[in-house]
Amino acid sequence: MSETQTAPPPASAARSHAFVASGDIPPSPPPASEVGPVRWVRENLFSGWVNSILTLLSLLAMYGLLSALVPWLFLNSVWSPDPMSLNGCREVNAHGACLAVINERWLQFVFGFYPAEQYWRPTLAFGLMIVALWPVLFDSAPRPMLWLTAAYPAIGYWLVWGGSVWGPALALAAPAAGYFVWLYGGVLINRIWGEDFGAIMSLVAGGLAMVLWWMFAVVLLDGVISDVLPLGLEPVESSKLGGFLLSMIIGATGIAASLPLGILLALGRQSSLFIVKAICVAFIECMRGVPLITLLFVASTLLNYFLPPGTEFDVILRVCIMVTFFASAYMAEVIRGGLASLPKGQYEAGDAMGLDYWKSMRLIILPQALKVSIPAIVNTFIGLFKDTVLVSQISLFDPLGLLNPIRADAAWNGIVWELYGFVALFFFVFCFGMSRYSMYLERKLKTDHR
Amino acid sequence: MATTSAPPSEPFRLSQLINDTRYRGATIQIVALILLMLTFAWLVDNTIQNLEALGKDFNFSFLWTSAGYDVNQRLIEYDSQSSHARAAMLGILNTLILAVVGCVTATVIGVFVGVLRLSNNWIVSRLMTVFIEVMRNVPVLIWILIVVAVVNESLPTPRSFKGEETGAFVLTNRGAYFPEPLFTNSLGDIDVGGLFLVSNDFLMFVAVLGLSIWGAGKMSEWATKRQNETGVRPQILLPQLALIVLPTAILLFSLGFYLGYAELKGFNFKGGTFVRDSFIGLWIALSLYTGAFIAENVRAGVQAVSRGQSEASAALGVTPGRTMSLVVLPQALRIIIPPLISQYLNLTKNTSLAIAVGYMDATGTLGGITLNQTGREMECLLLLMAFYLVVSLSVSGVLNWYNERVKLKER
Repeated sequence: MSETQTAPPPASAARSHAFVASGDIPPSPPPASEVGPVRWVRENLFSGWVNSILTLLSLLAMYGLLSALVPWLFLNSVWSPDPMSLNGCREVNAHGACLAVINERWLQFVFGFYPAEQYWRPTLAFGLMIVALWPVLFDSAPRPMLWLTAAYPAIGYWLVWGGSVWGPALALAAPAAGYFVWLYGGVLINRIWGEDFGAIMSLVAGGLAMVLWWMFAVVLLDGVISDVLPLGLEPVESSKLGGFLLSMIIGATGIAASLPLGILLALGRQSSLFIVKAICVAFIECMRGVPLITLLFVASTLLNYFLPPGTEFDVILRVCIMVTFFASAYMAEVIRGGLASLPKGQYEAGDAMGLDYWKSMRLIILPQALKVSIPAIVNTFIGLFKDTVLVSQISLFDPLGLLNPIRADAAWNGIVWELYGFVALFFFVFCFGMSRYSMYLERKLKTDHR
Repeated sequence: MATTSAPPSEPFRLSQLINDTRYRGATIQIVALILLMLTFAWLVDNTIQNLEALGKDFNFSFLWTSAGYDVNQRLIEYDSQSSHARAAMLGILNTLILAVVGCVTATVIGVFVGVLRLSNNWIVSRLMTVFIEVMRNVPVLIWILIVVAVVNESLPTPRSFKGEETGAFVLTNRGAYFPEPLFTNSLGDIDVGGLFLVSNDFLMFVAVLGLSIWGAGKMSEWATKRQNETGVRPQILLPQLALIVLPTAILLFSLGFYLGYAELKGFNFKGGTFVRDSFIGLWIALSLYTGAFIAENVRAGVQAVSRGQSEASAALGVTPGRTMSLVVLPQALRIIIPPLISQYLNLTKNTSLAIAVGYMDATGTLGGITLNQTGREMECLLLLMAFYLVVSLSVSGVLNWYNERVKLKER
């Protein structure tokens, strides 16, 4: 084939015509409107008249917002006027934010009315919480640290509220008590009821021992040991707690407790056992059907009626319980969504493998269902954390509740925006951080389409 | 072989209650039931003892005694001599009206922001993202307080309008005044079961407008039928408009309809329809906050419909408008509506935060002043929670019905 081709004309022939190009013409640069920032602006901001109007309106809105905010907050703001008061601020610069109030009340915003010489305790508790959270949030942490996580509730409680060290320590020992009963009481029970029924009954006995230990032995032994060996921190009353410390306590308790409770409720709602299902549905619907504020009213005025006469139940603890119940109902619905999104085959596969209910849930269903529902779970956490501001309505001094005593102070009477802005910023930072973490987790756990 | 012989029947052992799947379910349920009943018995017993110790009883007769407090925003006749029950009803009406107008504006804001968030315009979509994130990540109670503070701090006092010509709308730091519909030939009010008065003019207006709209709907049906029979759709737009507008206009004219404006008398405005600062603050804050959540739902719903769906529809030659209405929207709505309705529920429950700014909703009357005055925490909170529960359950009943209807059918 190649032989049949004619030879190319000699080069001199091409040169003989002036209009024939002798080589490749270099490509000319694209028009200025089609490259670089100009093109980007044209395509993204001014692609049509609707878009152009929207762009201009947005720019106008941004300019209006920033031109008001930046000078007020950054250029003209007053941090430390001579008399630390609103009038002092206004004298220095009447057109700026009076951030002196944040400067002066900063510690109150963080700790509420906690005694100043004890500030190290909540700080340490917060630091320990981060350490305890590390192995939960990131795989890179050494696994034995989970023991600290398990013990943290008692440690944190003891650090913040103080009092004898023996109460929390004994409360922590309850699982050990339960284990002891299960192990040694189990031998006795087995002898009475026989091997297979005895195994269940000794488990029940162990659980019962744990509960009884919590209910009676802790208080009793605490008194005895404290007399012999008084060891503890100065107790701090609940009414002294406030500020971000209080938000963190309620938020962290609610988050930590509502997830397991929510999982149980969701499983119960999916259960084929009629009575269990009915109980779970009733609980979930009742909790989700009412606003949190009414539950907080119940916590502040009503809960003591339901307890044995003479029980003094700490108000923060009552609030924590109600917030946990409320959040766990939402959590249950979120997890139910995750459970429902799994194909039926996954459940059937678990049965086919011969796994019992709890094993198939733990090993097959829940890991998938929880992974699917991570964004919604974190959204529930965020909602719970935001809802902690409602405790200001039952006269607890969370950051929002603290604003009233601050504004009642003659020095800061009439200050508005700085305080609201500061509290809003605090919540924004935390909630935004949580939502970013959930996105990270979602990406990390994503197993499809890679 | 003899495979039909029954398995050897073992004697029943106690352990079968737990280890045998035939009995385990029943055992667990009976234990759960017993535990539940014991817990309830314990709680009720404690309550009875505690109430006795305080010398209180449990009855609702306080509802019919005089409330003795005033409510600043009232849709029905009420004064301080009225009963607690009436105050509670007033509060419930205030809650419901706030919830309804809030849901409407939140939907509008949500759809608007959600669509703009998907816009190709870089600045607009970023701006909307910032709006959504800022709104969603700050507690709604703070937003409510901020908006009310904006109204109170930045708008002029009623007094500052002295000597000024005020128009139809007046915005003051105590609230807004809108024109009030008035009638020269009013038909009077009708008493509904001795509970509240409803203006006959309003009823007439609603009845006539409703009938007109129903007629217009019938006209559309008829036009569609004609179109199916003959292939030509009759022109009905003008008759329809006339049918809707004319009877109402005639009614309003014959009743002598006019708008009453608010006028400054002394230190305050009189006349007009007054909307309090707390209502405006709650309305705006709840709408923006819930709107941000709805915007995310709308975005997720639209993005969830795979592009192949609209491409397939285009390949079949369906026009873009019908693609949207027949292919994309039904699928997107299936995803959008359930979270949308739960956002409505959240908004309704969040109206209870009105107590923070002094708007007298159900929580403010029944769970607030009535509770504090009578000291009947249990009865008041029970009624209050029952009210919210009824609202929530009826809305989620509708939601479940809808979900069941649009559910993808699987095996």
